[in-house]
Amino acid sequence: MSALLHVSGLSKRFGGFTALQDIELEVQPGERLGLIGPNGSGKSTLVNCICGTLHNETGSVRFAGEGLDGLTAHARTRRGLARSFQLPRPFASLTLAENLRIPILYAVNARSGHHLTGKAIEERCGELLGHVGLADKAQRLPRDLTQIEMRKLELARAMAAEPRLLIADESMAGLSHGEVDEILALLIRLNGEGVTVIMIEHIMRAVMAFSQRLAVLVAGRKIADGDPKDVVRDPEVVRAYLGE
Amino acid sequence: MASLAAKGAEAEAARGLGNVAFVGVLVVAAVAIFGVTRLFGNDYAFFAAYVVVQYIVLGTAWNILGGYTGYVNFGITAFFAIGAYSSVVLYKLTPWLPLPVMIVVGGVMAALVGLGTGYLTLRLRGVFFSIATLALAVVVQTLITNWDFVGGARGAYVLRPKLAPLIGGAYIEYLFLVMLGLCVVALATARAIERSALGYGFAAIRDDEAAAEASGVPTLKLKLIATALSGGFMGMAGAPLPYYVTYLDPSSGFSLNYAVNAIAMPLIGGTSSWLGPVIGAVLVGGVQEYIRVTISSAVNVLVAGVLMVAFVILAPQGIVGLFQRKR
Repeated sequence: MSALLHVSGLSKRFGGFTALQDIELEVQPGERLGLIGPNGSGKSTLVNCICGTLHNETGSVRFAGEGLDGLTAHARTRRGLARSFQLPRPFASLTLAENLRIPILYAVNARSGHHLTGKAIEERCGELLGHVGLADKAQRLPRDLTQIEMRKLELARAMAAEPRLLIADESMAGLSHGEVDEILALLIRLNGEGVTVIMIEHIMRAVMAFSQRLAVLVAGRKIADGDPKDVVRDPEVVRAYLGE
Repeated sequence: MASLAAKGAEAEAARGLGNVAFVGVLVVAAVAIFGVTRLFGNDYAFFAAYVVVQYIVLGTAWNILGGYTGYVNFGITAFFAIGAYSSVVLYKLTPWLPLPVMIVVGGVMAALVGLGTGYLTLRLRGVFFSIATLALAVVVQTLITNWDFVGGARGAYVLRPKLAPLIGGAYIEYLFLVMLGLCVVALATARAIERSALGYGFAAIRDDEAAAEASGVPTLKLKLIATALSGGFMGMAGAPLPYYVTYLDPSSGFSLNYAVNAIAMPLIGGTSSWLGPVIGAVLVGGVQEYIRVTISSAVNVLVAGVLMVAFVILAPQGIVGLFQRKR
């Protein structure tokens, strides 16, 4: 089976600081991958390089057999790569329904064979908001939302682009126990519908429940990749998290 | 002026109309305004109304980039004057060209400059973009001031034909009619954008550019469309100016009034809707015209400035925002 996402030899520097070095990562279609690492280990930078928000100096990113290097972020989204932001970044002046309309208009409709208009878009927005339990707030503005609702909107907007691969960047940070379970269930259901998911997270309970495979970044290098149970027992991973 | 306000109210009632029907309403309103202005029976009514309608076009043009897309352009006079001076050039080379053609040429020139400037400056965010546009105004003014063919610093005279083509009467009536037509086009365009995918893309850029990209919005392309449209309409608003003033020099073509008003009017009226610049232009333009006649023409900018400060503090969403308790 050929990998859906293939990152090879990827490095990213900010001035003299090496944020990522020689990252190799493969994600198979339909897989649930957990990506962990201490703060500042380069997780979000890796997401930004995969999604085109940042440009990596060396290495390459291939998605569904196509090289993504040099493509802008929006072109990658249109090819089926969606992400949620670590800190929710809703379109503040647009209603929740309108927030979801943007990826439908610009990502889904940009693909050949798709063209939703008028009523169909409204229905799709309602359906997506229903999935995340925000249907009754469709006409509200993001500022009326609670923290968890904001995370759900962020995920719903990423889902609205109908991605093949979703990267959820710390969608659970700061949420309560019950709320974490809600988001977790959401991501697992999405995966059940055929979307490949990379979950970046600090909450180990969620990571272990979610991941079929676990990769660990420390100081810009990938130090482990494999079965979650083995990875968390890896002496190098333990050292990175707990110290010598 | 009252009729212009009536036009706003009438159009407000037209919410929910299709684009074609909306153009119909605008045309009817424009014809009505023209008829009412004719009832005054003197040229001054046309000169005054022309300025207000010109500001509706200029404010609408600014709002496409500033209000919808969130990029504040201070270089309004550059685009406005490019339109005006392209008419001066055409007047010298091909004086027989009809005014609407000159307007289209002026608009295309300004749109191209908008496109070029946009390409060079749109990587800058926020205030840096604004400063770059300010620099553009200075650059264009310097170039025009040193270009002898269009009169340089001395200025250029343009002889206004005695009679208006097509409609007869004084030429100012024709100028006003053309500006009304341009206003219809500008407002119809602005409203069509608001309700289209383009409008949603602009709004996404205004709210969060990185999130917009992540949602598939081609931000650079959309911003270039916005600068070209905005610059184009500013150029078109400026194109008839030489015929209006008959003597155009850099200090009048690049007057601070245009820049201040084009920003103040949408801010006062409200930047979220096409109606905002209309209300702002009618209100501020009307007050300015009244003060010009009764007190002094030098108080103009002060009026816009004071109103702008007041609105930014008291009603940051503008007049439209006061009635639009959104959701």
